Amino acid sequence: MPANPYWSLAMSIREFLIDDHRHCDDFFAAAEQAVERSDAAGAATAFGQFRAALLRHFAAEEQTLFPAFEARTGMRMGPTQMMRIEHEQMRGLVEVADEALTSGDLEEFLGQAESLLIMMQQHNMKEENVLYPMCDQQLAGEPAVLERLQSELA
Amino acid sequence: MLSFDQVPPLAAPLRFFVTAPLFIALAGLLAVIDGPAILASRWTPAALAATHLLTVGFMAQVMLGALLQMLPVVVGVVVPRPRLTAALIHIPLTLGALALAAAFLNGNPIWFQGALGLLGLGFGAALIAVHLALWRAPVVSGTVIALRCALGALMVTVGLGLSLGGFFGWGFTLPVVVVTHLHTAWGLVGWTTLLVAGVAYQVVPMFQITPPYPSAFVRGFAPLMAVLLAAWSALAFGGWEMAARLTGAVLALGVALFAVTTLRLLTQRRRKIGDPTLACWRTSMASLLTGALLWLLTPWSQTLARAPQVEWLLGILPIFGFAVAVINGMLYKIVPFLAWFHLQAQLLGRAKVPTMKQLLPDAAIRRQFWVYLAALLLLLAAAVHPPVFTYPAALALGGTGVWLGVNLMGVWWIYRRVLQDGLAVAPVTDNEVMRG
Ligand code: HEM
Repeated sequence: MPANPYWSLAMSIREFLIDDHRHCDDFFAAAEQAVERSDAAGAATAFGQFRAALLRHFAAEEQTLFPAFEARTGMRMGPTQMMRIEHEQMRGLVEVADEALTSGDLEEFLGQAESLLIMMQQHNMKEENVLYPMCDQQLAGEPAVLERLQSELA
Repeated sequence: MLSFDQVPPLAAPLRFFVTAPLFIALAGLLAVIDGPAILASRWTPAALAATHLLTVGFMAQVMLGALLQMLPVVVGVVVPRPRLTAALIHIPLTLGALALAAAFLNGNPIWFQGALGLLGLGFGAALIAVHLALWRAPVVSGTVIALRCALGALMVTVGLGLSLGGFFGWGFTLPVVVVTHLHTAWGLVGWTTLLVAGVAYQVVPMFQITPPYPSAFVRGFAPLMAVLLAAWSALAFGGWEMAARLTGAVLALGVALFAVTTLRLLTQRRRKIGDPTLACWRTSMASLLTGALLWLLTPWSQTLARAPQVEWLLGILPIFGFAVAVINGMLYKIVPFLAWFHLQAQLLGRAKVPTMKQLLPDAAIRRQFWVYLAALLLLLAAAVHPPVFTYPAALALGGTGVWLGVNLMGVWWIYRRVLQDGLAVAPVTDNEVMRG
């Protein structure tokens, strides 16, 4: 994402992070497709990219977005806490899928990937439908938060 | 899905999903018993019974069960007392659908009265539970708007259905033909189509990895359709025929637009691997599009309007072609995922949890889908030429229902076995494992 200040003024946190979700989805789809073609090397590359993008996204949320939201609203045990728990669950699932891929068990990988995708998309729905709009409302006066996210996920 | 302790127990949603396929099988059984006579007219008792086995017993049942399951995810609101709420909806709805079918078949007012009481209870509980959640939605997204419209339409559908039933059960006086038209349109266009649209906005882009629906469409489609339906109803009820016809045409175009938009998104999917539920979506949307175009043309052509076959096609395409296909596909995602999720939460680190594809193999899904597709094509053929195609269609209908039920029960059996074996190895004390 370009760090152009005019662009960032026009963009909401929601739009920016949705784009980043879609970016992760693309790597995920590429990994699945490579596995289906039995292209182990291609799958390893794409899944590696997916994993890196996803973990970076989690880190940016946990270190920048959630603390800003919590500081602003005083809600520490609310939605952000739930999202942290789900990040932890997904980190576990990504490792399990990664192990299947490394051990060459492609069948197992596709099975794991299916549930990972659903977990991930349910999590994304909650963020995109509820948490991000709340962040945009609460953090409207703090453009620095979006700028930080943009530089972390650049 | 929320973190594990906020997820309703598996049995709460599953009870809807494992009993629903039985109603497809019953509709098939009814058609086998009645034979070609069932197709003599859409008003035959057996046709009305079969219609409601599908629309109430299968469609409404799964749609409401899935909605209770999805609300926390999509809307951000938890439904209170999930087990009790599910039972309060599921039991009267199941018995009510059976009683209504029986009432149509035997014509006995007592049966209508019993059916209406049960269905009033079941739908009433569902509408209250879901409305409460939708009103408390912290953010009003396009999906929330569409779900509100769909729920409003369900209320109208059920209200009109209960009045029609009152005609048979208590001898209410009402203009039955017009009211039946309104009931049908609110049920199929308002409730079913708008609900599927609201869900599609979320699940098509996310699970097939496609571009999103255009944002103007997401916010505008459902409210516009709801307003048009209300206008159409007033015009039809008031006897302004030409104006009603024109409004009906716009409604049909709206439905077609939704189908075309979805089909186009599906061609742009970036998730390239084979997914058996994709075929369900494509069949569903192609049926919806065909049905909408037929509905668009029928009032303007004497030949079509007079043909009894067309009336049947206008029922089979939206009910069995559109709704049953998409619900069938959704069940194949929801049920294995929920079973996997609950196993994972309870057994992680203590036993190996089967993947979704081990709980329900793609091959089993594909085979059942072929039978579904055969049933759809045979039903369409039977509408045009009943003597030859009714029995094969009825058998295929029964077959696809039974097979869907067997596939879903299979997931439940594996779930029970894996859970028991896993717990026998090491007792589970809490759910903390999911937190890592
Ligand atoms: C409380 C629930 C319901 C009751 C009591 C009910 C009752 C009725 C009755 C009595 C008729 C026949 C009218 C006549 O013979 O003139 C009818 C027709 C119809 N109902 Fe329902 N209904 C209910 C729910 C639904 C739902 C949820 C749908 C969903 C889509 C639906 C779809 C239809 C259709 C398509 C017809 C027309 C059948 C035909 O033309 O052959 N009904 N309903």
